[in-house]
Amino acid sequence: MAKYKMHLLVCGGTGCHASESESLLSHLKAIVTDKGLENEVQVIATGCFGFCEKGPIVKIMPDNTFYTQVTPADALEIIEEHVIKGRKINRLLYIDPENKVHIADSKHMGFYKKQIRIALRNCGFIDPENIDEYISRDGYEALAKSLTEMTPQQVIEIMKKSGLRGRGGGGFPTGLKWEITSKSVADVKYVVCNADEGDPGAFMDRSILEGDPHSVIEAMVICGYCIGASNGLVYIRAEYPLAIDRLKTAIAQARNYGLLGDDILGTGFAFDIELRYGAGAFVCGEETALIHSMEGLRGEPTMKPPFPSVSGYYGKPTNVNNVETFANVPVIINKGADWFASIGTEKSKGTKVFALAGKINNVGLIEVPMGTTLREVIYEIGGGIKDGKKFKAVQTGGPSGGCLTEKHLDSPIDYDNLIAAGSMMGSGGMIVLDEDDCMVSIAKFYLDFTVEESCGKCSPCRIGNKRLYEILDKLTKGNGTREDIDKLRNLSHVIKDTSLCGLGQTSPNPVLSTIDNFWEEYIEHVTDKKCRSGQCKALLQYVIDPDNCVGCTACARNCPVNAIAGERKGIHVIDQSTCIKCGACLEKCKFNAVFIK
Amino acid sequence: MADLRKIKDDLRVKMSLRENSNNPESLVQIKVAMATCGIASGAKQVMDFFIEELEKRNIQAVVTQTGCMGYCFAEPTVEITLPGQSPVVYGYVDTKKADDIIEKYIKNGELVEGIIPVNYETIENNKEEK
Repeated sequence: MAKYKMHLLVCGGTGCHASESESLLSHLKAIVTDKGLENEVQVIATGCFGFCEKGPIVKIMPDNTFYTQVTPADALEIIEEHVIKGRKINRLLYIDPENKVHIADSKHMGFYKKQIRIALRNCGFIDPENIDEYISRDGYEALAKSLTEMTPQQVIEIMKKSGLRGRGGGGFPTGLKWEITSKSVADVKYVVCNADEGDPGAFMDRSILEGDPHSVIEAMVICGYCIGASNGLVYIRAEYPLAIDRLKTAIAQARNYGLLGDDILGTGFAFDIELRYGAGAFVCGEETALIHSMEGLRGEPTMKPPFPSVSGYYGKPTNVNNVETFANVPVIINKGADWFASIGTEKSKGTKVFALAGKINNVGLIEVPMGTTLREVIYEIGGGIKDGKKFKAVQTGGPSGGCLTEKHLDSPIDYDNLIAAGSMMGSGGMIVLDEDDCMVSIAKFYLDFTVEESCGKCSPCRIGNKRLYEILDKLTKGNGTREDIDKLRNLSHVIKDTSLCGLGQTSPNPVLSTIDNFWEEYIEHVTDKKCRSGQCKALLQYVIDPDNCVGCTACARNCPVNAIAGERKGIHVIDQSTCIKCGACLEKCKFNAVFIK
Repeated sequence: MADLRKIKDDLRVKMSLRENSNNPESLVQIKVAMATCGIASGAKQVMDFFIEELEKRNIQAVVTQTGCMGYCFAEPTVEITLPGQSPVVYGYVDTKKADDIIEKYIKNGELVEGIIPVNYETIENNKEEK
């Protein structure tokens, strides 16, 4: 039986594959067999290390050596020098870009510090349905520390000093919010957790609730202690059944352990949590609409002020925070404000969880310090664009955000930079777009969403967004004019300036940012009636190249609307007025005679 | 205050009891990512498979569920910790792959294709350095 002493891990990700990792793998395997080491050394292909820039990567276990840019020609040296003689090959080690030192042990590589998991610390690590596992990872210690060793004001000071800002998108300082609510005088106050995650493509809150529900519960109790509330409510979408299930289990366990209830940890402090289900309306992520929805009213926003911290749920002071914001709280109290503030940028502290989606290789959840660049997120952590296509843009902030383009790739991600770039942090969805995506259609997609989700209370949002959508639709159908683009821009500004709540104030952002960043594409749609990505079907023309057409009649026979005319063995022609652009002719032609113009 | 300490101590005792009695260090530990993304890709079947097959094949192991590991592109994902070794995460685990993992990795320590390298830092690591 084989008993391996050493493992050689060769990256088999798409990026490394392109740079000959496969041949490297077979070389290594052959040499190992050749030297009679096949029972001691195992060579194996792995998934992407996310370090594609320096591929192919070879990692040697158990000593954690990390070789970069290894060519098939290096295989023999690795086996002879490293595996047999135990000498590391300096030339292939990763060089620290800052101090130019060769790094032998991958644990010391800066690359691994690209991601640091604070809010996701327990996600994928503990059993979310077992409170003991949470406790064994310092769970509820922050609560015990707050209740027994600190006054509410001291806890608030820590939160303020940490610089934590709301992770739901707005970026309001959490400590300050707690302080304002704590100063409101009332007999009853509420702590609300906003788990109404609505941005298309965003799923970080769901994952936290599914993977680590206790961290949110603990933080809510701490918040209750700080602001003087004994009631907690979680507003969660009914379409998150697993998250609801896990949260319920966690709440029951916490009650059982005396961590929720009338006398928490024997301190006399009382706090309990209930769930409220949302029906999945996007506007209910807005805090005033959320509160109305919980009261059993229509989910419509109201004017601020009064802010919920003064008059919220049933007119009582209410502190609303997002799931991810809460998940950060226990760590900040355990490890201190200074530790948290040491991560991130000047005005945005800590980390942010992003849900990577779209045309990217490693779709998933990542957590990076604020200030990480888009390039690092997309190319190093995300593994680059799918199928080796060209990056076009990344959409952040959902329907309220905008598109960032190539020129933004190297600017650090934080609240203020994203706003300066015409987008916003939002809840953290990142949808990556490649050259095959049409920016006018993207703007139309988001407007379609906003039109559906607008609550209809104020006219700029209800009517204005509908008109924006109609103009965009006109553009994608090839009926747009130059004036339409100006109209889009003007109307967008009116909607932004006059809408009641955040939904309407931000809904034109996808339009404005695509106009700003992809002006030529809009112009092409209206003047040349062309869509460079081929997404706008109405703007395509299927044409037969007379040089290649042999007159086989395959296209004409397969055309569902009989738009193709031509004699057998003669050149065929597509009648553009009848053509429905289904693409059947292109598919059937064996002579590459049909093409898209 | 005294009460709190008592509860805390109780918990600690309970935790250590749980850890010692199971003695997780000497057992194979298997964590299956069971968030929506994982379950949608079949993590439940994979977890059941591990539980049933390990028992049938007489291998002492602890199989638990956990949340999303973040590698949604490669679901279902499973983390395996062999006694005394660092954890290894496998992606795209179906029951066939799970069978491979049991036969090759768990029994022989032989790695199976489909490893997802860890590319993040935990708060514990971060603490040690500071």
